[in-house]
Amino acid sequence: MTLLSVKDLRVTFDTEAGRVEAVRGVSFSLGRERLGIVGESGSGKTMTGRSVLRLIRPPGRIEAAEMVFDGTDLMRASEREMRALRGQRIAMVMQDPKYSLNPVMKIGAQLTEGLRRRDGLSAKVAREKAIEALEAVQIRGPERVMEAYPHELSGGMGQRVMIAMMLIPNPDLLIADEPTSALDVTVQAEVLSILDGLVRDRGMGLIFISHDLRLVGRFCDRVLVMYKGRVVEELEAKNLMQAEHPYTRGLLNCLPRIGGERAPLPGLDRAAEWAE
Amino acid sequence: MTADPDTPAPSAGFLSGLPRLLRLIGGTALTLAITILGLLLVTFVIGRVVPIDPVLAIVGERATTEQYEATRVALGLDEPMWKQFAIYVGNAVQGDLGQSLRTKREVADDIIRYFPATLELATLATLFGVLVGVPAGVLAATRPGTWVDQIVRIVGLMGYSMPVFWLGLLALLVFYGILGWVGGPGRLDAGFSMMFELDVPPRTGMILIDTALAGEWAMFRNAISHIILPSAVLGYTSMAYISRMTRSFMMNELGQEYITTARVKGMPEWRVVWVHALKNVMVPLITVIALSYAYLLEGSVLTETIFAWPGLGSYITDALFAGDMPAVLGGTVVVGVVFVTVNMVSDLLYRLVDPRAR
Ligand SMILES: Nc1ncnc2c1ncn2[C@@H]1O[C@H](COP(=O)(O)OP(=O)(O)OP(=O)(O)O)[C@@H](O)[C@H]1O
Ligand SMILES: [Mg+2]
Repeated sequence: MTLLSVKDLRVTFDTEAGRVEAVRGVSFSLGRERLGIVGESGSGKTMTGRSVLRLIRPPGRIEAAEMVFDGTDLMRASEREMRALRGQRIAMVMQDPKYSLNPVMKIGAQLTEGLRRRDGLSAKVAREKAIEALEAVQIRGPERVMEAYPHELSGGMGQRVMIAMMLIPNPDLLIADEPTSALDVTVQAEVLSILDGLVRDRGMGLIFISHDLRLVGRFCDRVLVMYKGRVVEELEAKNLMQAEHPYTRGLLNCLPRIGGERAPLPGLDRAAEWAE
Repeated sequence: MTADPDTPAPSAGFLSGLPRLLRLIGGTALTLAITILGLLLVTFVIGRVVPIDPVLAIVGERATTEQYEATRVALGLDEPMWKQFAIYVGNAVQGDLGQSLRTKREVADDIIRYFPATLELATLATLFGVLVGVPAGVLAATRPGTWVDQIVRIVGLMGYSMPVFWLGLLALLVFYGILGWVGGPGRLDAGFSMMFELDVPPRTGMILIDTALAGEWAMFRNAISHIILPSAVLGYTSMAYISRMTRSFMMNELGQEYITTARVKGMPEWRVVWVHALKNVMVPLITVIALSYAYLLEGSVLTETIFAWPGLGSYITDALFAGDMPAVLGGTVVVGVVFVTVNMVSDLLYRLVDPRAR
């Protein structure tokens, strides 16, 4: 069953320095499953994710032949309808918590904002829910974290706060942009298993954006490989090792194999025609 | 350090707010004291350097040598310099800034009479500047390039480029002379002025507050009708500055990632702008507002002259023209202290608003 369907998505920035095509015709569909998006820096992963929420700032423009979420045409929805989807049915874990949390608001206020302002919960109930959400992402001493400001948190803590914040409304679709890059292995495993549980038990759809092809290969059901704003290959995660596209193979070859023979690290080959 | 790795560094936020605040205020007071001492040193040196003999200025050209000497000793001018400075500082700290040659009153008493008029005017003008300037800047920043932005820009530019005396005269001509909507020059109508001196206990020296405390509402309304024009004229300049800075700070904040996060959470646009962004805008804006307030507190001579406003600016200027050095230097010390105090308070507020600066 399709939760999100995207056809020929394009994101274009008309800047003084000329036109930048950040996303150039991306198509995919997502059920209640885990879809990974990998690609090098600047390949358009974040812009693809944000397009779904229609949160690309001017001068950026979004175009798509189709972008439908659970029966709602996202390209035609009013701003009001989009707001009702955001932070309620579709949430997005933002890439860099250092810049993505409001620096002058306490973590507690940022976590409870949605519950209080849109769901109209009392301060006490909202606070309890926020503390639960923090505990769910393995944060010890959540009461103290509630009172902290973002600059007082480590990178990994910030990421977990961000994940907690976006999971609070129980979204149907979660776009997670590099959600675990600053976490150590054990906490990463915990967080991934929480996300996994939400997909399996609640039927949440997950778009998991990462640099880490190996992680995506292990964790996701399907993988989109992006290069310069295009999807160069889409494959089942279990078939990752059989990837055909030379760019994907290049990414795979960068991964060290335990017990494998040591060859000099190959440079990533980029043929111009892949971008066509 | 605690063993719990999830506990954020206990540097700030968790310490009960009071000791931190006290420490902050203590540091601020110390800086204030040092700054004022430096200021006194400067005015002291100026007082000795200017070619006006303070003794002669008091006793007059025809005094005898004995009279001259007696006054010189009375003023402490026979003492060594360092001792003179110590006496000067000691007196200043006790509120003794010497005697005005022109008014023959204590400079401190004079300033107590003149400063509240400036304070009242500057506060009202700043209030106007903030209440109009901040929303105007925010509106302009959220609609760049539209007619709203253009209007805010043009009105702001006019505030920058129009001479205050011209604006003041024009406003007086239109709203007092032609339309008669407001009171004329001075702080009260002549009739009320007399009543004010006799009937209203001078608690703060600010007419709006004193009349309100005394329940003299007719007088209060009259005072409003007099202060509204000069404070609007002064406030206009302040508004121009504040709206421009607000716009640029707001544009910067709206480009930050946390703004997208707030939108991802489905927050309505007004909340994104007026809560999420504005809280961050307030951090640099506090300094801007304080600077403009401190500037107005020095007393705007031109505005005070046009509106016959008996404020600090005209007091110091008149003293300067009369060669009344004690009054000039005393006034300078007060202006300096006010300026430094406002900046210290703004620094304190800044730290309270920005958790990263604590
Ligand atoms: N405001 C903008 N103006 C012009 N170009 C932009 C703007 N914002 C993003 N881009 C371009 O869009 C492209 C895609 O950016 P995006 O953030 O989606 O990359 P990414 O795959 O998420 O990279 P990373 O792994 O570093 O996060 C980049 O090449 C960038 O230059
Ligand atoms: Mg990105």
